[in-house]
Amino acid sequence: MEKINKIESTAVPLPLDNVDTDQIIPARFLKNVEDFDYGSALFRDWRYAEDKIDPEFWLNQDKFSGKVLVTQSNFGCGSSREHAAWAIKQYGFKVVVAGSFADIFRNNALNNGVLPVEIGLEKAKTLCKKILENPKTKIFVDLQDQKVSSNCEIETKFEIDLFKKQCLLYGINEMEFLNQLKPDIEALEAKINLYA
Amino acid sequence: MKTLFEKIWDQHVVKSVSENLDVLYIDRHYIHEVTSPQAFAGLNQRNQKVFRPDQTTATVDHNVPTKKSGFPIKDAMSKQQIETLEKNCREHNIECFEIGHENQGIVHVIGPELGLTLPGTTIVCGDSHTSTHGAFGAIAFGIGTTQVEQVLSAQSLLITRPKTMGIEVSGKMPDGVSAKDLALYIISMVGANGGSGYFIEFFGPAISTLSMEGRMTLCNMSIEMGSRGGMIAPDEKTYHYLKNTSLAPKNEEWEKAAKFWKTLPTENNAQFDKKITVDISALAPVLTYGTSPDQSIAITESINSDCDLQAELAYMGFKKGEKLLGKNVDHVFIGSCTNSRIEDLRIAASVLKGQKRDANTVVWIVPGSRKVIDQAKNEGLIDIFDSFGAEFREPGCSACLAMNDDKIPAGALCVSTSNRNFEGRQGKGARTILASPATAAAAAITGKITDPRQYL
Repeated sequence: MEKINKIESTAVPLPLDNVDTDQIIPARFLKNVEDFDYGSALFRDWRYAEDKIDPEFWLNQDKFSGKVLVTQSNFGCGSSREHAAWAIKQYGFKVVVAGSFADIFRNNALNNGVLPVEIGLEKAKTLCKKILENPKTKIFVDLQDQKVSSNCEIETKFEIDLFKKQCLLYGINEMEFLNQLKPDIEALEAKINLYA
Repeated sequence: MKTLFEKIWDQHVVKSVSENLDVLYIDRHYIHEVTSPQAFAGLNQRNQKVFRPDQTTATVDHNVPTKKSGFPIKDAMSKQQIETLEKNCREHNIECFEIGHENQGIVHVIGPELGLTLPGTTIVCGDSHTSTHGAFGAIAFGIGTTQVEQVLSAQSLLITRPKTMGIEVSGKMPDGVSAKDLALYIISMVGANGGSGYFIEFFGPAISTLSMEGRMTLCNMSIEMGSRGGMIAPDEKTYHYLKNTSLAPKNEEWEKAAKFWKTLPTENNAQFDKKITVDISALAPVLTYGTSPDQSIAITESINSDCDLQAELAYMGFKKGEKLLGKNVDHVFIGSCTNSRIEDLRIAASVLKGQKRDANTVVWIVPGSRKVIDQAKNEGLIDIFDSFGAEFREPGCSACLAMNDDKIPAGALCVSTSNRNFEGRQGKGARTILASPATAAAAAITGKITDPRQYL
């Protein structure tokens, strides 16, 4: 997996709560069995109205760009589709800063090298507002120090599980880690008895 | 003193990796065509075999047509996705309930009805509504595709240990309301992300009286409050349900299992990280009016005149301060992993019996499984649906997420027994009102939002 540590970038604001995975990527794009450019389907029905680009939608406004998406509470709620994390990554976002995240999405993002940074609703709203006012606002994310700041006044720490942090910092693959645990897994299987 | 959740979780920890992150052993893994192909591709790329093929079961549900005329499948991508699942299962010795198989159906309907879902177990599936299986006293939750690959590969997951939330439901369930109304009511209280980071246990007198189908509806919807999952301790109703399934333990094995299951319920002094009490004595049928499952009112109420959900109300075409009762309904959908079980169809049939469908309303009843179809046929329910004028379909997820052809047209208002009223969920521009099977059935008669209690 690609490593992440420090990111410095402008950001795209998405000043909404409860952005669900059906909006992030509508179900009709989930039919592929192989690789697909999921980035092209990111927020498809918000980016396009009647197949024409909606110039009002934040992602479509030229003045907003960057590797960071900033949004409000409960981002990624709804379906467990990992396609949502794939779409965000393939579109070019490396970090999602949000008031809060839905649990399954947070995990899917982490498993794809997209860093979820949770800062609470009030700070997220302030940050969205700053970016809307000044699209050149830079966001600085430091995973090692678990800190996010911007060249406006916001600076805050964020939480991340220590193991997940190491995975992102050093590009560790969880799958290899689990496969190496096979002896422990077999030992538990011998011990576990559903009807004990 | 431990909770039901803690007992099961602790027994399944292979290893603790960091403060809150455990490697958790998974007893039962369900897969379907949509979220598994990339997981198998990853496995095949590493030349790895499925570690415990006996513990994974596959079915096709999300993408299958529900009209008899839809077979063989015309949509090339849907067809390829279904064939890919069948091929992957053959290559990896996984049991797969293909189209036409007597056990085929929605993954969260077939697991319980076959007796694969058991108390005290850990259950995952690449689908958020895996929380349904918690109704049997299991830790069950949805996962992403990377995690599907991890379970195929190592029968284990790296997962953050959630906090526990106890929701005590007291009072007697009034006549004419059901588990769906209860679920929507609790979601409106807790909020769409109020359960975030928690695993919920539902208990109390009102929960004990719920049927297994009702418990599945409630646990199914627990994900809509943002929680990892919801669960209910096993009791006599659980055992009775399981005893009638084909794959639950039998004879001596059953005795041993039942003895173990009786040790599972939360102990008297065990503590939840958070506790909520809900009284449902005055519960009325509940309807959503917005585009998130927590935006709901009782059918007798008006949308709050202070409601500041401008974008949501604009999408739905509703105004603050107005009632939903009497609004014209274009479509009625009775189905999905929330409400497509035999009890749901019985409730719908009891409302529809002797009535005629409103001529302007399209009514789809999509059963959860082939077994539900057989049972509905034996009980005469299909005859009732036919003479009412509803379309009774083949099993699948259908218009809940509109991945197949079952799409609600743009602008149409659909009263749906499914679980999500997100923008465009049931088809681009479709407007969804979530409701119980009884409320959906009542709307099918009048073509309007109607209080179902007059028909029950």
